[in-house]
Amino acid sequence: MLKTSDRAAFQQLARDELAGLYALARRLTGRDAEDLVQEALLRACRSFTSLRDPQAGGPWLRVILTNVWRDRLRKDSREPTEVSIDDAEGFSLYRTLVDEDPFPYSDTLHLDFLGGFSEDDIHTVLQRLPARYRAPLLLRYMEGFPTKQIARLLELPLGTVLSQLHRGRKLFERALWDYAIESGAINGTAARREDAPWTG
Amino acid sequence: MDRVISCSAAVEQLWAFLDHELDDEDQQAVEAHLAFCRRCCGELEFAKHLRRLLAARGTSELPAEVRARLHRFVDELVETAPEGGTP
Repeated sequence: MLKTSDRAAFQQLARDELAGLYALARRLTGRDAEDLVQEALLRACRSFTSLRDPQAGGPWLRVILTNVWRDRLRKDSREPTEVSIDDAEGFSLYRTLVDEDPFPYSDTLHLDFLGGFSEDDIHTVLQRLPARYRAPLLLRYMEGFPTKQIARLLELPLGTVLSQLHRGRKLFERALWDYAIESGAINGTAARREDAPWTG
Repeated sequence: MDRVISCSAAVEQLWAFLDHELDDEDQQAVEAHLAFCRRCCGELEFAKHLRRLLAARGTSELPAEVRARLHRFVDELVETAPEGGTP
């Protein structure tokens, strides 16, 4: 039930937050991002009167969107229940870069390596991570939610979220490296920074 | 006196260190380690850049046609919401 003044306020809030909501939805789901945003807005509209602090409207909407995503994930049997991270657990991207030395003429090899990834590359790499590891990473580092709030949002024990964050970081590092190799930029031998084909 | 920790222990806690999620003793132990270990300082800088990659929102990610559709969706949502009072 919305008063006329609430309608205008909700409309403004939703419009202001669309880009951020869509970006989070796209990172979380990789597909159906628009539909996820619509479902979140639908739920938000129904409970808009429960929003007491208008300044908190953005985070409030992103919490709702995360809840919608979480509910959908539980119904989605395509998400694997277990994933092996043995390969990633002992992996250090920084050490690997130092050992492989892909940019022999650079004093800032780690920055050169990371600087070669476009936003689309990062999106692709993130989508390779299982959702259970991708979501805590995004909620923590893209949205800035505290770990305890992420645990509440995902309805998981705090220790589980901390473990997922740790594993997610390892998987992310490993996926970045694998992506660079697949792109032909890194093959274990020296490769010049300007040759990196995963740029642009 | 700060507790001395190994490189592997420092690296293991770097992200939590950056997040200020370690307890005081561990936070100080990592800080003390970074004060003398140049290699782990490199790891720290690298971790900061990785976090920036994760934080990137991609402001150009919302295509114009999707924005237009979502605007129409919001308009429709607001117009059809049940009336709950007067302004």
